[in-house]
Amino acid sequence: MRKLTIPEEEYMLPGHTACLGCGATIAMRYVLKALGKNTILSIPACCWAVIPGVYPRRTLQVPLLYTAFEVTGAAISGIREALNAMGKEDVNVVGFAGDGGTADIGLQALSGAAERGHNIFYIMYDNEAYMNTGIQRSGSTPMGAWTTTTPGGKRRMYKWEPKKSVAEIMVAHHIPYVATVTIAYPEDLIAKIKRAKEIKGPKFIQILSPCPTGWRYSPDKTVEISRLAVQTNMFPLYEVVKGTYRITVKPKNPKPIKEYLRLQGRFRHLTDEEIERIQKQVDENWKELLKKEKCTNEE
Amino acid sequence: MINLPEEPTPIAKVPSTENKTGGWRTFRPVINYEKCIRCYICWKFCPEPAIEFDSPDAFPAPKPALAKFDTVKINYDYCKGCGICANECPVKAIDMVLEETEED
Repeated sequence: MRKLTIPEEEYMLPGHTACLGCGATIAMRYVLKALGKNTILSIPACCWAVIPGVYPRRTLQVPLLYTAFEVTGAAISGIREALNAMGKEDVNVVGFAGDGGTADIGLQALSGAAERGHNIFYIMYDNEAYMNTGIQRSGSTPMGAWTTTTPGGKRRMYKWEPKKSVAEIMVAHHIPYVATVTIAYPEDLIAKIKRAKEIKGPKFIQILSPCPTGWRYSPDKTVEISRLAVQTNMFPLYEVVKGTYRITVKPKNPKPIKEYLRLQGRFRHLTDEEIERIQKQVDENWKELLKKEKCTNEE
Repeated sequence: MINLPEEPTPIAKVPSTENKTGGWRTFRPVINYEKCIRCYICWKFCPEPAIEFDSPDAFPAPKPALAKFDTVKINYDYCKGCGICANECPVKAIDMVLEETEED
């Protein structure tokens, strides 16, 4: 006998070639647990393009189609319509892309797929840089972070622009379901995907999945860091169902952002004033989200 | 009539379980069954997944109330030794022990 809080079925085999403590593999494991066997995935160039291993190895128990970097949205639209033409409307079609393939390179294909209103899932696993090619800055890299293309130096050329909020961009497409989740809250993640499964139309889910290699921390801290991202309000967990916001995890006493930043080597260079600036930005974003939740739940 | 090749695109068919990633490990997680409360949090967060279930009587239970629950064991063929299980364990029942080669 065992008491489990998440489904027991495994659709991911061990022996894949992800780094130690990879957040993206945990994300994939939960996503497949929630969706089940009746699923087709499409993956562009990203970490997950190399995780299954060198050809002819496979690590997933579901079909997986590799596509070019910028076409995930188009590829899953095509798979969906082909399946519909064959009368297989009950198959889940999922695009599983990294933050570079979503926030920067794949944004136009994603926007097109969302606008056309196909019945698809688009899952963005957000490790906040182009990790697969060697930690280059992406639109989703947070403020103040070191990457190999924002290396710092005397002129402190770190990434000072705020993180692009792809979830809000998708809300602006008026699609029926948008959610943010993270791997430290698997029950929340699986509940949200199961809820999305019941909804027809494009669904967008953003998963914060920490990367020990790129974020410069010891691999055993992956889950701890993703939990801290929520507890410090750095990455709030919420869902938007037909335009109505609901924050699913509200930390009672949010921890100072310093606790989250100091665990990671990519933020090691930050001075106290810079941390104060990031804290201010995080507080503003949180207030804005609370306002959105309040005003969309009125009437 | 168009003649398509039997496999128009390359299809990966060999399961990755052939690839024993246990050799990547520097630290080996060792479960202390006298402390383990069988909460399965290690199983939940394992990125491989390399944590498997075993029968309830495979190891003695620390408390009689836990004896009916399944135990967990680590599959050292695949465990890469990231240490997430040891870090997340609520009773600190997993120790990370430095791997040693057979000659040592």
